[in-house]
Parts: sequence; structure tokens; C-alpha cells
Amino acid sequence: MTALVPLPVLLPLLGAAVSLAAGRSRGVQRAVGVTTLAAVSAVAAALLAHVDGDGPVAVQVGGWPAPVGITLVADRTSVVLLLASVLTMLAVLVFAVGEGGAERTQAGFHPLYLVLAAGVAASFLTGDLFNLFVAFEVMLMASYALITLGGRPAQVRSGMTYVVISLVASTLFLLSLALVYAATGTVNMADLHTEVADLPAGVRSGLAVLLVAVFGIKSAVFPLFFWLPDSYPTAAAPVTAVFAGLLTKIGVYAMIRSQTLLFPPETRPAGLLLVVAGLTMVVGVLGAVAQNDVRRLLSFHIVSQIGYMVMGLGLFTVAGLAAAVYFIVHQIVVKTSLFLVAGVVERRTGTGHLDRLSGLARVEPLLAGLFLLAALSLAGIPPLSGFVGKLGLVEAGLDAGSYAIVAVSLAVSLLTLFSMTKIWSNAFWGPPPEPEANGTEGGPPGRRLMLAATGALVALSLAVAVGAGPLYGLAERAGHDLVDPTTYLEAVLAP
Amino acid sequence: MTGLLVVAAGVLCACGTYLVLGRQLSRVIIGFGLLGHGVNLLLVLSGGDGGDPAFAGPGTTAADVDRFADPLPQAFVLTAIVITFGVVAFLLALAHRSWRLTADDEVEDDIEDRRIAAAAREGDRAGGDA
Repeated sequence: MTALVPLPVLLPLLGAAVSLAAGRSRGVQRAVGVTTLAAVSAVAAALLAHVDGDGPVAVQVGGWPAPVGITLVADRTSVVLLLASVLTMLAVLVFAVGEGGAERTQAGFHPLYLVLAAGVAASFLTGDLFNLFVAFEVMLMASYALITLGGRPAQVRSGMTYVVISLVASTLFLLSLALVYAATGTVNMADLHTEVADLPAGVRSGLAVLLVAVFGIKSAVFPLFFWLPDSYPTAAAPVTAVFAGLLTKIGVYAMIRSQTLLFPPETRPAGLLLVVAGLTMVVGVLGAVAQNDVRRLLSFHIVSQIGYMVMGLGLFTVAGLAAAVYFIVHQIVVKTSLFLVAGVVERRTGTGHLDRLSGLARVEPLLAGLFLLAALSLAGIPPLSGFVGKLGLVEAGLDAGSYAIVAVSLAVSLLTLFSMTKIWSNAFWGPPPEPEANGTEGGPPGRRLMLAATGALVALSLAVAVGAGPLYGLAERAGHDLVDPTTYLEAVLAP
Repeated sequence: MTGLLVVAAGVLCACGTYLVLGRQLSRVIIGFGLLGHGVNLLLVLSGGDGGDPAFAGPGTTAADVDRFADPLPQAFVLTAIVITFGVVAFLLALAHRSWRLTADDEVEDDIEDRRIAAAAREGDRAGGDA
């Protein structure tokens, strides 16, 4: 089983190399991309089955023993998120092929996309703080190129913001790594678990807050979110979708992993995290309500929903972390499908402005249905997946006695529903557009493929809701592992 | 020596931060160069005081090992330098593209932000009249 652990990182990198060599033939590139991501999904599914039964698996790459070598660890939390991410990336790749935008015109799209997948997988699987930095950089480097692919003026402007902010976060991350190493003499996360406990309380708190700030920029929490709604909407539709679904969630994952594994319970900045979570939810959703562009509106929702995940972390209970893990899986799928719907709308009508859209439900009934399912799930309407996640968070909050954050999260749900109805009533209801303003008759080419990819993701989100019983059980076991990392430590340090 | 290097790292970070806060892209890029150097210096220092090169051979004794400098932060720094180099190269390419497009070195405002701010001001005025 240990042989499988490095594959989610290695396969996409190999695929990227082949894809780069086959730059002249889009057909080969497509085949390589889809095959690689499908293979990684299969590996992740096999790993999940194994890890859930037998506990975490650790691999020391190169054979150097744990505190010095490069450690890859697969445990329940990381593998379930990896599986959700890779399936989402596969669906978005199919969508990109159908859309025929940047994917068709730019030979660099496929290699970059696969490098991004490798970075995402490495971020989930690494068991070492410095390699987390390297994995982030691999992922970010690919994302810099993807977000500016095409080089339109708007992309260059917003890409600049994105690169500069990411660079600030990376520099801060490197700075905290230097401080962690100076204080403890190790960067292996399992080893840090024991080393950090011996540090003076002040140093521990300082390191904990520094890491929250670093991952806070990556995951766009209040007050470090302003770059996200500026930069995401300008990229090509599939690129925005995959960024929206994955990148910020990896920041949250890193935050969860570092706070639960590295720091003993009394050092954790629980109060700070809950305040940040509440403000992130409120500011994000208020920003969304003010927007008039579909993709910008959805971008503000990314910020708002991050608040829910941080809330689950801030409670630091098994129930809270379990709900956070389930919620992240739900968000990866649902958020991406909403952005894919926005992509189809823009492809079909040539605009994402709510003032200029109308009556799409008549022209594109299937698309309207897909949007409705994803939007209601985002708002947390039963019996969809968002409801299960939010119910878990609210219950965990009530159990922990954090009533204020529960009240905020419920109020924000209502505002989420309000802003979703704003998209629905402006874009999908109303008189259908004039035939001549309709663009190409019968929809753009590749429309079926785009709808199929979006439909597959919405179906996956329904599966997350239908299979909520087993999946939530898995999330609870993952939450238990996060609170009590004994098996994780054993897997890494005493194989 | 270590104290001097810590001060140097601090000065580099301070200058870098000052430059990054500017609106001109060329300054921002130079700022990141300085900031990166400062942080890399700090990373080297995180291994403690200097020592002999960490090369172990047939004749190496335990006393020799004690005099070794910590090799791990050096490996970190080499990795970090390569990454910073790559990102700064990308930033330069982006800045060049931006300069070709706008013939200007300044970071532009977000148009959509300004539109919404204007709409909010409009709304205030309408509310005040009512």
C-alpha cells in the first residue's frame, strides 16, 4: 500500500512532462490529462479504502528516516480531500475541453493543469512543514501561469495582485519556517508535535498565530481576503472554477493540520479563530450581495464559506472538525459546479453581468436546473449536502457552547440564499433574450460536453448528500484522528 | 557575527517591505528581492552558529560531527532561493507585459471596485434627497 502514496504527486508530474512534449497535438494532451487524473482518482480511492480501514500510511521518500527525510503521509482527512479535489479537477478538465477557450488556444494549459494537480496532491500528502512550502510553491507557480494565460490586460492587472499577495504569504511562510526551525530544530510535523510542547508558552502562541496568518492569506479569511474577488474572476472560466474549488480549501486544510497536529490544546488560538470565522462569513456574504457580476458574486461567496470551515476548526472538538472536513468536501464540489454554470452562461450569452442577463431558464432549462441544485446546496437547503455540513457545524457549535458563532452562521445562510436568488431572478427568470442577441443558434460548440461536466459535478454533490451517512461517519473518524493524532504519530515516527 | 547577520536580515526585510508597499511594479519586484534575501538569511541563521562543512568521510569522528554546521537549513535556503528566483522572473515577465499594454509602471485600480463604490455614492445621494 505504501507504493501508492507518492503516486498522486508523481503521476501528474509525469503526465505534465508528456503533455509538454506533445504540445503540438491537443488530442494527445487531452488523452494524457484525462487518463492521468482518472488514474490519480483511482489511486486516491484505493488509498481512502485502505487508510479508513487500517489507519494512516507514511512513506519516507528516498529512505531517510522520519525527522530528516521527506515524509509523505496519507490519513483520513488528507485522502478524502485529495479524492474530492482530483475528481473535481477531472470534471473541470472535461469542461475545459468542451469550452474550447484557453484550453484550445494555449499549448501550455494541459501541462500547467497537471502541475497544479501535482501541487495540490503534494500539499495534502506532505508530512513536513518545509515540503508543504514547496508543494504550495509548485501549486502557486502553476496557478500564476494559469491565471494570466492569454495575457489580456484585465488578467495582467489582476494576476499582478494575485502573484504579489501569494508572494507575501510565501515569504511569511518561509519566515515562520525559519522561526520554527530555530526554536525546535525540526520541520517534520509529527516530530514537531512533541518538540513544540516543550517550548515556552509565549513562543508557542507566537508560532501558532504566525501560521494562522500565513494560511489565512492563502485561504482568504477576514481581513486577508481582499485579493481574491479581485483576481479570480478575470481568469478563463475553467481556471476560475478550479481555483475557487481547490486553492483556498488547501489553505484551510493546512490551517487545520498545523493547528491540530503542531500545537497542544492550551496554545490553540480558538477564540481568535472563531472571531475571524464570524467576520469572514459576514463580510464575504455582504460583499457578495453588492455584486452585479456572476463570477465576482460567487468569488465573494468563496470567502464567506471559508468562514464556516474556520468555525469548525475554531471549536477544536471532534464534532467541529468532522463537520469542517465534510463541509470542505461539499464546498470543493459545489463551489466548482457553480463556477462552471457561470462559465456556460458566459459562453452562451457573452456576458456575466446580471443587468444584461435574462430568461435563461427558457433557453437553457437543464443549466437552470443544475444551477438551482448547486445554489440551494450552497445556501444549505435540506436535503442537499450544504445542509448536512451546516447542521453538523451548528450542532458542534451548540455542544461547545459557542452560541454567538452559531447565530452568525445561521444569519449568513439566509443572506447566502438571498444572493443566490439574486442570480436566479436576474439571469434565469424574466423574458427570454431576443433571438438575435442569442449568439449562435442552438448554443456554442462543445455545449453538451460542458453541460455533461457540470452535471457530473452536481451529481457528485448529490452523492455527497445521499451518501451523507457513511461520508459523515468517515469525517467523524477523521475529526477524531485530528483531535487525537496518536495513530498519525505512530505511522510517521515508529513504522 | 550572528548578531550582525540578524540585524542585516532585519534591515533587508524593512527595506523590502517599504519597497513592496509602493505602487510602481519595478519597486515592488526589487522589494521582493530584498525581502527574499532577508528571509533567506534568517533561514540560514535558524541553524544556529556556523561550523565546519558537513562532509562525513571514513575518518570522521564524533568530535568532528559536533563541529559541523547544521546542513538542513542550508538545504532549505537553496530550495527557497531557486523558488524565489523563479517567481521573480515570472513577475518581471508580467511587469513587462503590463508595461507593454499600458505604457505605465503603476498598479491599476480595479474597475469593478470603482463602479460599485460609485454606485454606493449614488445611492447615498439619492437617500439624502429623499
